[in-house]
Amino acid sequence: MSKDKTQKTVQTTGHAWDGDLQEFNNPLPTWWLWAFYATVVFAIIYWILYPTLPIGDTYTKGAFNDITYTTEDGKTETTHWNTRALFEKEMQEAREMQAKYVERLSDASYQEIQSDPEQSGFAFSMAKVLFADNCAACHQTGGNGVIGMYPNLIDDAWLWGGSFEQIEQSIREGRQGNMPGFKGQLSSQQIGDVSAYVLSLSGHEMPEDEISRGEEVFAANCAVCHGNDAQGKTAMGSANLTDSIWTIVDVPAADSMEEKKSAVMELVREGKSREMPAWKERLSDTEIKILTYYVHEMGGGK
Amino acid sequence: MKHETIETNAGWLIVLTLIVISIGGLVEIVPLYLIDDTVEEVKVAGKETVRPYTPLELRGRDLYLREGCYTCHSQMVRPFRDEALRYGHYSLAAESKFDHPFQWGSKRTGPDLARVGDKYSNEWHVQHLIAPRSVVPESIMPNYPWLLENKLDYKDVGDRMRALKIVGVPYTETEAEYQANVERFGEEVAKKLDINSAADNLVAQANQGNYDGNPRVVSEMDAMVAYLQVLGTMVDFNQFEDGHFVKFR
Repeated sequence: MSKDKTQKTVQTTGHAWDGDLQEFNNPLPTWWLWAFYATVVFAIIYWILYPTLPIGDTYTKGAFNDITYTTEDGKTETTHWNTRALFEKEMQEAREMQAKYVERLSDASYQEIQSDPEQSGFAFSMAKVLFADNCAACHQTGGNGVIGMYPNLIDDAWLWGGSFEQIEQSIREGRQGNMPGFKGQLSSQQIGDVSAYVLSLSGHEMPEDEISRGEEVFAANCAVCHGNDAQGKTAMGSANLTDSIWTIVDVPAADSMEEKKSAVMELVREGKSREMPAWKERLSDTEIKILTYYVHEMGGGK
Repeated sequence: MKHETIETNAGWLIVLTLIVISIGGLVEIVPLYLIDDTVEEVKVAGKETVRPYTPLELRGRDLYLREGCYTCHSQMVRPFRDEALRYGHYSLAAESKFDHPFQWGSKRTGPDLARVGDKYSNEWHVQHLIAPRSVVPESIMPNYPWLLENKLDYKDVGDRMRALKIVGVPYTETEAEYQANVERFGEEVAKKLDINSAADNLVAQANQGNYDGNPRVVSEMDAMVAYLQVLGTMVDFNQFEDGHFVKFR
C-alpha cells in the first residue's frame, strides 16, 4: 500500500509518521475554489443592493432595491431596502387583501354583520385569533372564564350589560369592579344572616329566622349596589344574586349548605376587586368591534 | 511569509487567527456605536419617554433575571406581521437602551414579553405567577409561589442603581445630574431616578400600585409585577405617524 502512494506524483508534506504514514499536499479542489470566488462575487452584489458598509456616522443604503409602501393613514413612502420598510409593505399587502371585508365591517352596524353570513363569518375567524391573543389569558380559550376571577362570557348573565354597546364599552374602556368587605361594619352574625338570605334568593334552603334577619341587613347594606330586588345593576357591575350563576364564590362546588354559606360569608367579609383592562390603546376600532360581535354571539348577548 | 510557515508554526497561527477574527468582530460592532440612527430618538413634547426603571421596577427586573425568565421568554417583537398581530408594534432599539443586559433573546418557549405591560391586570399576573395553569390550562410555565411569600430585599437598591450608573444609565446622585434628568425626562420621572431617595420611592410605588394585592407588605411579587406592567409601555406609538420609525433603518 505505502509503496503505491509514494510512487504517485502527488507531493507530500515531507513528514513521515510511524515510519510510513505521510500527508498529501494536494492543491484545493477546483470546484471548491470556484465556490469561494462565487461567494466573493455574491458579497460585492450584496454590498451594492443592500445597506452594508458603514461610513462615519452613516452607511451605504444600497441601490436598485427601493421599497415603496403605503401606511395605514394613506401616506406613501419610498425608501432604501430595510426590514422595517419591508414590514410596512407586508402590513400594507395584508390590509389590501382584507380591505373589502374589514372596510365593510367597520362601516356596518352590528345588526348588519349579524344578518350577513359573509361578514359574520369573516368577523368570527378574525375574532378567534384576536380572542386567543388578547382575551383567553383570563376568560379562557372557550370564553368560560374562571370562577372567582374572570367572568364567564358564554352564559347569559352580564355583570356590565350584554348589549353590543355595553360589551364594546367594556372592551374599549375596561371595567373596575369593586365589592367592599364588610368585616368592620357587620357582626359575624349579621354576615351569616345576610349570606343565608342571599343564598335563599337562588332557591337554597336556609333557616327562616336567618333569612328574615338577613333581609334587613341586605336592605341596609347591600341593596344600594345590588338593588332592592338583588338583581344587580349593570351600571356598577354588581352581580344578580337571584339567579344560580356565581362568578366569584363557587357555590355550586361546595358540597353542603354549611359550606356554601361559609363561602358566601367569606366574600361578604373580605370583599373583592376585579379589573378588566382597557383595550383601546392596543386594539383598533375595527378589532374592538369584531371582538364585541364575537363575545356577544358566543354568550347569548342581549 | 509562506503559508507553510504559518501552518507549521502554532504561535504564528494563533496570533494571525486572532487578528483576522478581531477585524471581523470590530467591523460588525464598532459602526453600531458610530451610526446616528442605531438608537431611535423617541421624544414627546421635548421629553424622552423611554426612561430607566424606577427602583421597584429595577428590583423586579433583577428577580426576572434571578428566576431565569429569559430562558423561555424573549423581549423583542420583530418587524413581521405575525408578530405585530400577536404582540403589538415591533420593538425599537431605544426601548432597551437602559437594559444591562438586554433581554432580546431568540428562543421562545413562552410568549414574547416585550409588550406585556398593561395588557393584563395585576391580579392576573399575581395569579399567573403563583399558578400559571389556574388561568392558562395549556401552560407549561413553572409555579413561582415564593414571589408572594418573600419580602422584597431592597436595602441595596441604591447600590444596584449606582452600578448601572457606571455603565451609563442616568440615575442621579448630585443636584446637577438631577437637573439634567429634569431637562431630559421631566420632573416627575427625574424624581424616581434619584438614588438618594431610592428606597423611599420603591416603598411608595409598591404601596400606591399595590401590585400584589397586599398593601401591608412589599413583596417580591410587587417588584415583579411592577416590572412586567411597564414592559413596552414607554413609547406611545399613537404619538407618531405610522412608518415614523422606518427612517431610522
